[in-house]
Amino acid sequence: MSETTLNGRGLALVPRTDAKQTMKDYKSDQEVRWCPGCGDYAILAAVQSFVPELGLRRENMVFVSGIGCSSRFPYYMNTYGFHSIHGRAPAIATGLAASRPDLSVWVITGDGDALSIGGNHLIHALRRNINLNILLFNNRIYGLTKGQYSPTSEVGKITKSTPMGSLDKPFNPISLAVGAEASFVARTIDSDRKHLQSVLREAATHRGTSLVEIYQNCNIYNDNAFEQLKDPELRDDITLRLEHGQPIVSASKAVRRTPGGGLEVVDRASVPESEILVHDAHHPDPSVAFALSRLDEPAFEHVPIGVFRSVERPSYDQLMSEQLEQAQAGGRGDLHKLLHGGDTWRIG
Amino acid sequence: MTKQVQQLDRVIIRFAGDSGDGMQLTGDRFTAETAEFGNDLSTLPNFPAEIRAPAGTLPGVSSFQLHFADHDILTPGDAPNVLVAMNPAALKANLGDLPKGADIIVNTDEFTKRNLAKVGYAASPLDDDSLAEWRVHAVPLTSLTVGALDGFDMSKKDAERAKNMFALGLLSWLYHRPTEATIQFLETKFAKKPVIAKANIAAFQAGWNYGETTESFSVSYEVKPAKLEPGVYRNISGNQALAYGLVAGSVQSGLPLFLGSYPITPASDILHELSRHKNFGVRTFQAEDEIAGVGAALGAAFGGALGVTTTSGPGVVLKGETVGLAVTTELPLILVDVQRAGPSTGMPTKTEQADLLMAMFGRNGESPVPIVAAATPSDCFHAAIEATRIAVTYRTPVILLSDGYLANGSEPWRIPEVSALPVITPGFAAAPNGDDGETFHPFKRDPQTLARPWAVPGTAGLEHRIGGIEKADVTGNISYDPGNHDTMVRLRQSKIDGIDVPDLEVDDPDGDARVLVLGWGSTYGPIAAAARRVRRAGGKVAQAHLRHLNPLPKNTGEVLKSYDKVLLPEINLGQLALLLRGRFLVDVISYNRVRGLPFKAEELAGVIQDVIDSE
Repeated sequence: MSETTLNGRGLALVPRTDAKQTMKDYKSDQEVRWCPGCGDYAILAAVQSFVPELGLRRENMVFVSGIGCSSRFPYYMNTYGFHSIHGRAPAIATGLAASRPDLSVWVITGDGDALSIGGNHLIHALRRNINLNILLFNNRIYGLTKGQYSPTSEVGKITKSTPMGSLDKPFNPISLAVGAEASFVARTIDSDRKHLQSVLREAATHRGTSLVEIYQNCNIYNDNAFEQLKDPELRDDITLRLEHGQPIVSASKAVRRTPGGGLEVVDRASVPESEILVHDAHHPDPSVAFALSRLDEPAFEHVPIGVFRSVERPSYDQLMSEQLEQAQAGGRGDLHKLLHGGDTWRIG
Repeated sequence: MTKQVQQLDRVIIRFAGDSGDGMQLTGDRFTAETAEFGNDLSTLPNFPAEIRAPAGTLPGVSSFQLHFADHDILTPGDAPNVLVAMNPAALKANLGDLPKGADIIVNTDEFTKRNLAKVGYAASPLDDDSLAEWRVHAVPLTSLTVGALDGFDMSKKDAERAKNMFALGLLSWLYHRPTEATIQFLETKFAKKPVIAKANIAAFQAGWNYGETTESFSVSYEVKPAKLEPGVYRNISGNQALAYGLVAGSVQSGLPLFLGSYPITPASDILHELSRHKNFGVRTFQAEDEIAGVGAALGAAFGGALGVTTTSGPGVVLKGETVGLAVTTELPLILVDVQRAGPSTGMPTKTEQADLLMAMFGRNGESPVPIVAAATPSDCFHAAIEATRIAVTYRTPVILLSDGYLANGSEPWRIPEVSALPVITPGFAAAPNGDDGETFHPFKRDPQTLARPWAVPGTAGLEHRIGGIEKADVTGNISYDPGNHDTMVRLRQSKIDGIDVPDLEVDDPDGDARVLVLGWGSTYGPIAAAARRVRRAGGKVAQAHLRHLNPLPKNTGEVLKSYDKVLLPEINLGQLALLLRGRFLVDVISYNRVRGLPFKAEELAGVIQDVIDSE
């Protein structure tokens, strides 16, 4: 296997089946126990109805999660699943994916799990580029511990642990992932099943680590956090659709380069079509993707949605397998020879 | 001039110098020559954690002690017969360990005013009578080396760097060591720098010739080869043996080895060694931190690999939560703890046995983990295979305890036949195990071992979910049922308690000793050597050594209770003693020293004799 044959083929080594699969095949027998109205239900249904189209053998699919509301997800998928410990899912999935290239490995995590306690594992997974799909459910709050602010909560968030407002600046998960030079970075939203599934499709077929931020509503502790993006009156103006090769626009706004080399959002009618930035998700330089990730400041006036970056570079598991093949080119190791290596002497 | 040759039955040499003087390399080469010659041997490297402490200072002293003999020996020796001191700091730091009458070979070139002042010598000890009780051989090692390399295309500074090879040559002459392998070693090591290779070889030979001709050394010594058990031998350090044991565990179980590890002293050499054996299908993953190292190993284990993580005490602390996850998900995992002096950073290059209670109890909840402890450097090989057997057979994390003394120390090892190694059967689940013939119950246990089925992704029909939340007995579904939790806590404990481990063997030559000296881990050598001394002097003492700390061998209580007194030396403040007192109500007598160094045989012999005398 060489890098050229696997690039763009995240599932190339995963065995396929001709048997027809439906959403029902991917539902486990466990009762789903999220709060009524939680955005997680929509994401679960979107994933369960999407995965059959991949045509993979169900037993070669694994969902690994950390801790938090979203991390219950694997229990509801009728695949192999591992509900692990807080923040560590990327590390556990790394060992699994690195040693089993025949598996399609998905990490389910949340904003606290991935960006707070597990931040270190996330950035290293992204830089290593192991063949994983990381779905980061971002609801900008701690749900399972009952409502403390999270590392993506806006400054000044009033919660149980911050009665006078939170003080620390939040992470922008897309900026963080692009900064870690992730090879695939995307954002989607729980309420838009079609868009969510189109992003999952691209993530699954990308060879390497795919990070998908999913805006997810917590209707108990942070309801309507993404309401502007769902409101039929506002959403088409706010949402900047990222589609490779297409101009980056919403219904009323457009993105163009500033003379200083940055990006700005302007009234769409005020600029000629030729000045609107055309999205290039495959550009090797991450700086435009990073600039795009900053456009949602100040909060949610305009929000890019879609694949920010999708570039090809060798995945860690693939390079590791190649080193093993190279080391075994002259034959597999012989234990007797290993033990007798170096200086030996005989007595008797 | 014909020189006198004197026969000795054993010698203890300590090479000491600045950390940049190459003392570890010098010691390693002398060890290799000694192993080739056929002596039994044991080594003790002792070096600072700083890579290069300020030159010429006491904290910068690095040493390597080697004990070799014409009979089987158990320790690197208590006190050196010969000290090679490359500078005043090395002399000052080691003189206290030297018995009167021992030989001191000093590099006089380094005894300058400045170097003497650095370590607080007002006047050179070579010039007054402060060393009168030792046999001092004053050798200008540096200038002799530079002289020998006159004509080589190299700077004076580079020439000086070969002085350790001059010293090695001199010592090789003094003890009749074979030299060919060292010359070959230098040729290979400096293959890309032929001038340096030639210079080192020239310095080595000059050292030998100096011994032959100088009048400072009128006698040379011969230590005959030891009569060891027949077989093929090699010299091996604990870390190397442990790495080989893990490879053997992988081969013998047919499971691909996956190592997730983060560099830490004194465990890193296991990572280095395993990363060289990819031809065995070994995957080594240098993780971003200790937690990711064990996490990746556990993830690989879920996928059907032999998951291993290697670390030292501070790393074990960080890995605790993941080990707990392995306990509750009942997946095989090996955690190697090469113990070092703590707490916190402690003394990273110094040895200790103070992680036992952390290994036993250092996790939240009732979280039993089997513990295996290696006794000698070469025993690390067999201990690693045993850890593999337990982990795979019982689907459990296992903690394998080594320590800094075993890790870096070395001894000759009779290489075992591969055919004599145990075969380990993973027995992956392949079909549903429910009564209906269709359902898979991931926590339906083997009635004999209480192990659960290990069903790896890729196996059709056995898709299942596991995790850290309490699981219902048999089905493995999430359960908060009080009775079920009590059942599961007890089942996990029973599984570990029921692990099949060999009985504790007692060595009591006469069979009528009333005092038992018990140990675990790296104290084996010093305790056994001490017991021999006591017996030679007419004392009666029985000796037993625990390899399995959890579960303990079934006959442990019976053995302890059959002696009037049980003495337990540990390099901690009595951790195993606490366990044995709690478990068996036996009034164990503890002997504890926590100095970062192994026990000395003489010291322990005295302690054993005192206990016998107090009978």
